[in-house]
Amino acid sequence: MNNPLRRLAAMTIVMFVVLMGGATWVQYVKAPELNNDSRNVRTLYREYDNDRGPIVIGGEPVASSSPVDDSFGYLRSYSAGALYAPATGYYSVIYGRSGIEEAMNTELNGSADSLFYTRIQDLITGRQPQGAAVELTIDPAVQQAAWDALGDQRGAVVAVDPTTGAILAMVSKPSYDPNVLASHDTAAVQDAWASLLADPDDPLVNRAIAGPTYPPGSTFKLVTAAAALESGLTPETPVAAPDELDLPQSSAVLTNYGGSSCSSTGAMTLQDALRISCNTAFGQIGLNLGSDALREQADAFGFDESISVPLAVTPSRFPADGEIDEPQTALAAIGQYDVRATPLEIAMISATIANGGERMTPYLVKSVRSANLTVVDSTEPQVAGRAVSATTAANLTEMMLAVVENGTGTAAQIPGVAVAGKTGTAQTTDDAAPHAWFTGFAPADDPKVAVAVVVENGGDLGNEATGGHVAAPIARAVIEAALGSGS
Amino acid sequence: MATVAPQRTRPGRGTELALLVPALAVGIGAYALVGLGTAGELPPGLLGFAAGLTALAVGVHLVLRWRAPFADPVLLPTAVAINGLGLAMIRRIDVAYAARDRVTDFAGRQMGWTALGMVLAVAVIVLLRDHRTLRRYTYTAMVIGLVLLVLPLVPGLGTEINGARIWIQVFGGSFQPAELAKIVLAIFFAGYLVTNRDTLALAGPKVLGLQLPRLRDLGPILLAWAVALLVLVGERDLGTSLLFFGLFVAMLYLATERLSWVVIGLVLFAGGAALAASTFGHVAARFEAWLHAFDNDVFNASPGGSGQLVRGLFGLASGGLFGTGLGQGRPDLVPFAESDFIVASVGEELGLTGLLAILVCYLILTERGLRTAIGVRDGFGKLLAGGLAFTIAFQSFVVVGGVTRLIPLTGLTMPFLAYGGSSLISNWIVVALLLRISDHARRPADLAPPSNQGSSADDQLTERITVRAPDAPGGAR
Repeated sequence: MNNPLRRLAAMTIVMFVVLMGGATWVQYVKAPELNNDSRNVRTLYREYDNDRGPIVIGGEPVASSSPVDDSFGYLRSYSAGALYAPATGYYSVIYGRSGIEEAMNTELNGSADSLFYTRIQDLITGRQPQGAAVELTIDPAVQQAAWDALGDQRGAVVAVDPTTGAILAMVSKPSYDPNVLASHDTAAVQDAWASLLADPDDPLVNRAIAGPTYPPGSTFKLVTAAAALESGLTPETPVAAPDELDLPQSSAVLTNYGGSSCSSTGAMTLQDALRISCNTAFGQIGLNLGSDALREQADAFGFDESISVPLAVTPSRFPADGEIDEPQTALAAIGQYDVRATPLEIAMISATIANGGERMTPYLVKSVRSANLTVVDSTEPQVAGRAVSATTAANLTEMMLAVVENGTGTAAQIPGVAVAGKTGTAQTTDDAAPHAWFTGFAPADDPKVAVAVVVENGGDLGNEATGGHVAAPIARAVIEAALGSGS
Repeated sequence: MATVAPQRTRPGRGTELALLVPALAVGIGAYALVGLGTAGELPPGLLGFAAGLTALAVGVHLVLRWRAPFADPVLLPTAVAINGLGLAMIRRIDVAYAARDRVTDFAGRQMGWTALGMVLAVAVIVLLRDHRTLRRYTYTAMVIGLVLLVLPLVPGLGTEINGARIWIQVFGGSFQPAELAKIVLAIFFAGYLVTNRDTLALAGPKVLGLQLPRLRDLGPILLAWAVALLVLVGERDLGTSLLFFGLFVAMLYLATERLSWVVIGLVLFAGGAALAASTFGHVAARFEAWLHAFDNDVFNASPGGSGQLVRGLFGLASGGLFGTGLGQGRPDLVPFAESDFIVASVGEELGLTGLLAILVCYLILTERGLRTAIGVRDGFGKLLAGGLAFTIAFQSFVVVGGVTRLIPLTGLTMPFLAYGGSSLISNWIVVALLLRISDHARRPADLAPPSNQGSSADDQLTERITVRAPDAPGGAR
């Protein structure tokens, strides 16, 4: 009976080897896949039971984790509620993360590669691991001014430092309170989530960078003007400005705002055309330049480009070659037809002009500091490319100063400060009120801030709204705050 | 058949005592770490736990010195180590449940069962002077074993818990009679097969190069198969059915050396399982949960879904190579983390490293049991020790294989590790029987106790070869 016993012994060894193989398969080979399974609450608990680093704005934590006595261990809270929600995003046990909470997740939870040495230190010193702090470029005063000035209107405000690309304000309204979603009361979170999703105004959408991109309207004339100047025109060059522009290949005509007349002579200088935002003049310029030149200039300002700040920014769009014919080119030259832009992109156009034609890469994260306050990463300003020559930028600045001085943007005037700007009133659909735009920068001689404001469907003024009436005063408040001259 | 030549072996009690030190350190250390890992301080009952476990282990050791001085020195420390680690793990799961406002005292009760199991092991060693005595009760064992096996089917006595009808209610508690049945049936199989092995080994027709037994000798295996199917269908318990039938086939093979029995057994069981799967929803559901575990529909199905299995896999995966550390994981997220899925709990907190170490412990238990079977001189002892050792390996395989999704999940318990009184007591009795047989196997011939009446029948099966001879083909048939 010893032979079968020995064979049985060999078989039991095989059985155990198979078991060891099975355990290795599950715990080593398949472990990453299993750990990432969306049904694996264990990963969720471990993720949330973590002393997550704060998100810091202006030296103050605006999102921070504090220990609580439940199965998650830590509760995320947002001290300023809805104000910074478009930037910070939410951090929900049920619905995951958004905004910086998502984009900088590995830094905040301490698992990023850049925090490797911090983790080793924690291991050696036996300190409880802690996530890194992420400091944003947002200036609380500018953010608050933009928030207050926008009021209850739907829209967005973006302010950037033209010399660096640092985003100083990012407001999107309506906003939401991320504290509600960060709660550990799952029933309440589910209710709040359902009502946020059901809200027709889409409070969860960050209109500043990732909303349903807007037609830029007359703010796009800056791009058309830039292309014209680059092609050899000067601000003093006379351009045709008829009351009605016949669009080629069609029976349609392009008219000016409210059917008004730009010039009694049917011609005016390029500077005046921008100052009073003459549609027919820019339509004709667009026809003269052609869609390729417009697209090239738009792309030089950052259209059709995917960036992340590190929040993903929806690419602004100029119709591709073959998608646009001549009459549509005339419409595109005034920011209509299929031209679409994010408020950040429009702000970057002003910022680029302010920065002498050199476009900076916009960014939201200033630095990452480990829990022991060592800076492990900081963003260096980066040049994205040159959009226009310094001369063109200087010419555009002069023209934009005229817009605010005695053109459509007088509401943005600030005593003692040279404000350069451009208004926009973008048609949407026939039955909806137009979007009101304003973009600009100040001071013109030493730019500190560039801004873009969009108020959806005219805001409080509805059909009566223009960029000059509705958006320019908001831009003024933001610029005042940024220059420290706000009251 | 040849036996290993008796050789002078040291009794090994000193080795056993030395091995008990690390074995106790594993259990007590783990218990201390559970406190440190969950509350940051040594658990309040640590001293009592350490003293109790040490006293029990040393108690069994002293009884072995007295009554079975030549018993295998590795069996007891290995069992103590696994049992101790299991207690610590169950304590840890109590703490995890408490954190979720579910008050349990699985560890306290398991400690009681541990004490009872070890006392019963001592009783077996003291009262059973010679394992061959058991052969007298071959047919009594058959009756008791079958009764135990079908007891849960008796109306009013058996209770259905979580879909399986494998418990009976006695003294206000539930008991799994199948755990005891496996011991009693091993005794019956050993006694029956040692008597009938010559007949069962006779050659019948040859099919595809395989020497089949005579058709008229198929009776016993068909009967065992029928009982296994009855258990599978009536008690909805794939595990017990598999264990019972696997034990029978393994012992049949040991007795006859005929591979054909194993093939017939496998074919019969596969056929029966396929039949059951196509006929009974709960068996089909088990297979479905195994094959399509990650399908959302199967995952969310309740009852009969793969939720528990997949959550166990999540637990194992989160443990990774080195585990979260005792008290640092979330074993409570897997249903029945203290019993059916304790392997997943251990794998999560001790990692792959810890789980492999535990599997090695079971392998050691099995191999020392099989070594005992090879060493013992009588056929009944060989079969009994071989069968009992095989149950340890087979049960481990079915449980760990089920939890790691190598095979469909069944309802067996991990010996010594999982929470459950019936299982713990039964396995301590298994170890006691192996210790008793190993004492007989390792005792030098000149110190062997005089053969008693019952063993005379073994004489024809027991060779007194004292030279180390290569196995002679067919020598003892």
